[in-house]
Amino acid sequence: MTLACILPVFLSAFVGVCEGQPADPARRIVNGDAVAGRAAIRQVSCGVCHVIPGIAGARGAVGPSLEKFAHRSFIGGVAPNRPEVLARWVRNAPSIAPETAMPQLPLSDDEALDIAAYLYTLR
Amino acid sequence: MDLTWVMTIGGTIIFIIVMLLVWMAVRGPAALRGIIASRAMIMAGGVAFPVVVLTALLAWGLAIARDIRVSGQEPAVRIEVSGEQWWWRVTYLDGAQRPLFATGNEIHLPAGSVAAFSLVSPDVIHSFWIPSLGGKLDMIPGRTNSLIIRPERPGVYRGQCAEFCGAQHALMSLIAVVETPEDYAAWFENQMQPAREPQTAEQQLGMQLFGENGCGACHAIRGTEWNGMAGPDLTHVGSRKTLGAATFPNNRGTLAGWISSAQHLKPGNKMPSFDRLTGVELRALAAYLEALK
Repeated sequence: MTLACILPVFLSAFVGVCEGQPADPARRIVNGDAVAGRAAIRQVSCGVCHVIPGIAGARGAVGPSLEKFAHRSFIGGVAPNRPEVLARWVRNAPSIAPETAMPQLPLSDDEALDIAAYLYTLR
Repeated sequence: MDLTWVMTIGGTIIFIIVMLLVWMAVRGPAALRGIIASRAMIMAGGVAFPVVVLTALLAWGLAIARDIRVSGQEPAVRIEVSGEQWWWRVTYLDGAQRPLFATGNEIHLPAGSVAAFSLVSPDVIHSFWIPSLGGKLDMIPGRTNSLIIRPERPGVYRGQCAEFCGAQHALMSLIAVVETPEDYAAWFENQMQPAREPQTAEQQLGMQLFGENGCGACHAIRGTEWNGMAGPDLTHVGSRKTLGAATFPNNRGTLAGWISSAQHLKPGNKMPSFDRLTGVELRALAAYLEALK
């Protein structure tokens, strides 16, 4: 376990304490590598459409900002914000929301999980 | 190589002589100091010597520079690159300087062969510069500047406009892909072909939207009715590695993002943000363009 993987877990506990509610492990813990996810986000340039904290130049205005994404209740306004849904969404959003503007992206299953792990570090 | 040796050895000799003169002027006996201070010495060492040496070096330097520019080999590739605010129109030419096909912001070159560039600009002064492959050369409206490059090693080399040319000068980059002769030949063969027909229903819809939204007024796709000249030729846009003048990687997501927010990503560029499409339409358009390999 790298520090980057442990950190979100630690932080989720911290936020849970602050807000007086238990952290939801199903939402915040992803079997992916957030550091690799960050690299994958750069590689496909998610920042062309989204503002993404921690990614240089990611100031897109096509889709929503991904700031504090770990706190988001819904993905794309239509699907619950759960790891398995998020990983599927980043690869193939139209399979969940047929009307979405977000295209399928050239990502492997693992890369999608890694990206989900990174997005859940955004608190 | 000769130049390096002549400059190093010549410079060292002159440095030693000057240091000896300095020593003589400060510490030397009175007789020697008198010689150094004579009018004849000052005319010879201070005027005549530099005039002769520097004039000779200038003449020699110009002769060497000519050899660098004009290679003995017949160019294997002829390319016209036009710097335009803020992208590079790349046109491959045949031996008679007639256009074969056009692309944008991406140059492919066979390793080990001479490539002859004609550099032009229709708007303001740009400067064509791929640091790893050669020196920079300005692109001046009304002039055609010639540049010879012979890339040696395969790889992807980044180029950048090196003369301030307006708001998005910083985002005016290009890439040069140096390939083995076989890979280059395959690329060239593909670029010569007209655009692929759409293969899926989504791509078909994208093609229809390309026409309905007037994209063809500015962009050409060979093999279709669209022959706009204001923006990059998109016949094989899906085969390119980057978008927006080497600003973003090229994939379906960045294509969609560029189409819908070009003015946000690169304010002031000539492409409007097509933000009136539905999500389904935007994806279809991106899918069509991505498939234009």
